[in-house]
Amino acid sequence: MSTPVQMTPAQASKKPVPVAQKEDAMLLQKEMINRNYHEIATAHDRGKKVAATFVPGNLNELVMCFDFARSLPETNALQNGMRKKSGKMIMDAERDGHSEDVCTYVKADLGAMLGGEIGPTGEPMPHPDLLLLSYTGCFTFMKWFELIRQKYNCETTMLHVPYQGDGKISQNMRDYVVKQIKENVIPSLERVSGVKFDIDRLRQYMKESARAEGDLVQVLQSAKNRPSPIDGYFGAVYYIGPMFTAFRGTKEATEYYRVLRQEIEQRVREGKGPITPEGEMAEEKYRLVVEGPPNWTHFREFWKMFSDEGAVVVSSTYAKVGGVYDFGFRHDPDHPIESLAEYCLGCYTNLNLPQRIDMICKYIDEYQADGLLINSIKSCNSFSAGQLLILREVEKRTGKPAAFIESDLVDPRYFSPANIKNRLESYFQMIKQKRAAAGAVH
Amino acid sequence: MSQTVQQIVERCQALFEDLNFTSVKEWKAAAPGRKAIGFMPVYVPREIIHAAGMLPVGIMGGGDQLEVIQGDAYYQSYICRIPRSTLELGLTGRLDCLDGMLFPSICDVIRNLSGMWQILFKDKYVRYFDVPQNYQDSVGGTYYIHEMQVLRDDIGKLAGKPISDDALRASIRVYNENRRAVHELYQYRAAKPWQAPTSEVYVVLRAGMVLPVEEHTKLVREYIAATDAVARPVRDNARIVLTGAFCEQPPLSLIKSIEMAGCYIVDDDFMLVMRMLTDDVLETGDPLDELSKSFLHRSMQTSSKYDEFKKDKGKYLLDSTKLNAGEGVIFAAPSFCDPALLERPMLQAVLNEHKIPYTAFKYAENTGQMAPIREQAGTFADSIKLWSAA
Repeated sequence: MSTPVQMTPAQASKKPVPVAQKEDAMLLQKEMINRNYHEIATAHDRGKKVAATFVPGNLNELVMCFDFARSLPETNALQNGMRKKSGKMIMDAERDGHSEDVCTYVKADLGAMLGGEIGPTGEPMPHPDLLLLSYTGCFTFMKWFELIRQKYNCETTMLHVPYQGDGKISQNMRDYVVKQIKENVIPSLERVSGVKFDIDRLRQYMKESARAEGDLVQVLQSAKNRPSPIDGYFGAVYYIGPMFTAFRGTKEATEYYRVLRQEIEQRVREGKGPITPEGEMAEEKYRLVVEGPPNWTHFREFWKMFSDEGAVVVSSTYAKVGGVYDFGFRHDPDHPIESLAEYCLGCYTNLNLPQRIDMICKYIDEYQADGLLINSIKSCNSFSAGQLLILREVEKRTGKPAAFIESDLVDPRYFSPANIKNRLESYFQMIKQKRAAAGAVH
Repeated sequence: MSQTVQQIVERCQALFEDLNFTSVKEWKAAAPGRKAIGFMPVYVPREIIHAAGMLPVGIMGGGDQLEVIQGDAYYQSYICRIPRSTLELGLTGRLDCLDGMLFPSICDVIRNLSGMWQILFKDKYVRYFDVPQNYQDSVGGTYYIHEMQVLRDDIGKLAGKPISDDALRASIRVYNENRRAVHELYQYRAAKPWQAPTSEVYVVLRAGMVLPVEEHTKLVREYIAATDAVARPVRDNARIVLTGAFCEQPPLSLIKSIEMAGCYIVDDDFMLVMRMLTDDVLETGDPLDELSKSFLHRSMQTSSKYDEFKKDKGKYLLDSTKLNAGEGVIFAAPSFCDPALLERPMLQAVLNEHKIPYTAFKYAENTGQMAPIREQAGTFADSIKLWSAA
């Protein structure tokens, strides 16, 4: 089921704002995220503490055990990006001395603080009481929270998650993360919140997580159908929202994923394609795998460039940034802390380049994709450094065409619609030619 | 007969300019079965490589004399230059003399380069070398000792025999001596910067990236003795600390330009691998345990390491500026260097609190236009002199 929604106007304009089509699950997750912002805004008034942590390697179930309101700075930045507020924030941060070369998520966050500490929904964004620095798959995280600590003097707890340089998780890595959770993270959470740790409460949340994770995987893998009932990149952003942020482990998230799965399974039965902001996709012409995060400042425009051409993204690596679940990992209530460690270590950006290439090749094969598209993000070296080699290797191994476009997360100055559209059109042309050539051979 | 300063510096300069790593090839050829292991900035425990009878070789990028053609094809325009030039060195066969390559934990670019190396150089030993961001012996220490043990086992296998504790202790001794010599050189330069210009000190240090450590220790001490023997004119320069250049190195002409603009560099963060451990590693006891303790409790602050407490931020820079009678700080960071550029505003805030003047610019290892940098450094030096006169 889908519902038309009036889009928030990008900026003052006399043009009528087109009505965007959204699935009910998309609306529901929007409601959940807005409600979370309200909880953050009112936390201190309600005698609650606020914890900030990053999406990859977030310990949401654990943090919930201490009744924290939970803020995720990347999500705040991307929400501001989607609401067209991030450009000014970034420029404010640059005027305040931050380099034009560094991550725009960081600058959007710092700029938001300079601009009066108002959250994306317009409510106040209180200072976090604890910065839980889950240093997972991104060097910038460490500097980001050091910068916030410098400004607000917040207590900070480091959780160092070692990188899978050898393409595997060793026992030493696991033990190291477990020890930190037990000896550093939990005591800090107890001290700041004043709530005693209850492992059974954690197990309970993890049971919910595992259920929801199973349903999310079913939703994402539904794209193996032809036509795909979902878009595994643009649409998946909405599907992963609750799981990757403040909701994993809640009954609400479990229910969200149950309903979402039903909705998607119904679409499969009806042979329907994905819902795009412009409506249901009529004909699936191209099936793509996408590597790299999306651009948020022109999200709808960006998606339209694909949907207008009948291109659907059947799988994306970005939908694994807050946890890779489709190869079997689930949070395990029987081994809660060990399972949290495993989760952190397994996030997409903590995988080495050969693992990332393997994963993309597998997606191309299993989802019967026509090729790989890389959206290379200026801000994000964790994703971007090495992507040109990924492109070459994937082309070599799969024989499928790959293409490369460049944009940024939340800096509107780096979104060049004409360039991107040109490249996409050439790419679709290339796929067509490849198909024709293959058809001629057979 | 002892060498003159000029002879020493010329030798070091030749080593610095040799992008074919001839000295490494010669070292390997001098005895059968010798192996060399490359490492990138910022820090690896070279003792482990040395203890296996191998030569640790610092790969600090391609500098300004290397034309990067193939390396550029692997990177977008917004990524720094050191991974491009390092790939160029590898893809053009200049690093064939290396039997392995270590990629230390410094940033996402170098981290990802480790995986690229695994794909592009399948016949070589490649390892991403992580260091702990948790500084408790029982947590980060245990992890780190295990990581070093893995490296020790791997290198031992490459060498054909395990690395013994005694061999490691002997290597720790040799590197302690080198750390002392480098420390003496830094102290000497801080005391008499006109006698030890950084353009010379830099190449003397760079020689340590390719020479056997024992030879480098001797070279450093010979340089100090040789330069001290001949008095040079003292200039009314501003004493500055340079920071931000811990990974991609500035071109030598940039260092010369800063000096020509009226600055004495009295401390820097070039090639931190030689100074990361701030004092001797205990030469008795369990060697990996001692290397771990040194890293956890007695190592330099740099952007790739987490500062556990807010009050620690900028402490090294502040202490160094005071200890070395620095009058100002130059933030010289490579373009697109996340660690240096994200760290910079925090360090600048600390300097502001202590009313220490600073200036900042960016470079790439192949920056060619020095006039703007010379002007900026010159203006900075002049302003320091004006303020101190007021």
